[in-house]
Amino acid sequence: MSIRHHLSDPMLIAYAAGNLPEAFSLVVATHVSMCDTCRAQLATFEAVGGAVLAAESAALSDGALEAAMARLGAPEPALAMPKPKHTDLPAPLLDYIGGSLADVKWRSLGMGVRQAILPTSKGATARLLYIPAGQAVPDHGHRGTELTLVLQGAFCDATDRFGPGDVEVATEELEHTPVASSDGACICLAATDAPLRFNALIPRLLQPLFRI
Amino acid sequence: MDKNVIETVTETDFTALMLAVRDRQDKAAFAALFQHFAPRVKGFLMKSGTDAALAEDCAQDVMTVLWNKAALFDPARASVATWVFTIARNRRIDVARKARRPEPEALDWGPDSEPDQADIYEAGQETARLVAAMADLPDKQRVLIQRAFYGDLSHSEIAAETGLPLGTIKSRIRLALDRLRQSMS
Ligand SMILES: [Zn+2]
Repeated sequence: MSIRHHLSDPMLIAYAAGNLPEAFSLVVATHVSMCDTCRAQLATFEAVGGAVLAAESAALSDGALEAAMARLGAPEPALAMPKPKHTDLPAPLLDYIGGSLADVKWRSLGMGVRQAILPTSKGATARLLYIPAGQAVPDHGHRGTELTLVLQGAFCDATDRFGPGDVEVATEELEHTPVASSDGACICLAATDAPLRFNALIPRLLQPLFRI
Repeated sequence: MDKNVIETVTETDFTALMLAVRDRQDKAAFAALFQHFAPRVKGFLMKSGTDAALAEDCAQDVMTVLWNKAALFDPARASVATWVFTIARNRRIDVARKARRPEPEALDWGPDSEPDQADIYEAGQETARLVAAMADLPDKQRVLIQRAFYGDLSHSEIAAETGLPLGTIKSRIRLALDRLRQSMS
């Protein structure tokens, strides 16, 4: 897999710091599972976290060490890593979908486009998008930040082509119309911290009223 | 004596202490690690907005995890400080009950992969090098990095913050690693 589009440093730092909404963490963890470059970057930023931790301290109360020693039991044995079952999904996504892409419960958005919202905590939304070959993602403006990770197939927009493993970090400045590549359907994992804006049933103008 | 030299010596010792905990359940080694790291975990969590009493409880929890999950420590991949940081970060997320944090798929090293001594040495030096690099930064830049890791800055605030010297920090690590590799080959 040749990945050309990677996570931004701010995304990796916020993930290393444990300060991303769950939906963004899911995209970051999934991309890192597929990408050695970002895995190495993440390790570097976690090392910066180690240095931040190492540089300051606060005195413990008396007896803290004794209390800690009293708590020591038998350590947990190292578990042999279970061989991943045959699946087309990276491990972090597997926890949210179970099984494979074939098990996803899609909902139609019209024009053959489908989505499945994944259960994550508030603050950002994660969903899978299925875009038929050659189809454009309808009505797709941004507020906030959107992360889009290609799982299968490819899409193009005005900026570039995105294939499997590629991730696009889009801010509100980017007005783009992603179009699935003509040689097959594109399946993406997308996360956004703004309310979802596209919906086939409700005209875009009304959306601010409904807070979709 | 040069401050960096002191840091370098201690950092290597932490790796040895952690391996004694991992491989021999050495309680004296654990006590030494506790004396050094528990106050730092407490300080880190207090800077992240946790009150002193809860921060101390969490520091205890973090050090207990270090003992219980010692088998997971890989000296070729991270220094002890970095490993402790990831445990403290995860504890902070649990306490805040904000959200799950999905983890990347673990790398499969295979059963017989013997860690490379040079990798262990490099990972062990990493924290000392970064502490030194950060100490050299102007105060304003250092504070920004600290705030990012205390969880004070969101991803968009980090992105908007042009004063964050990430390039500087990263190029210094790279430079130091290159020099180390050259001197060892
Ligand atoms: Zn990447």
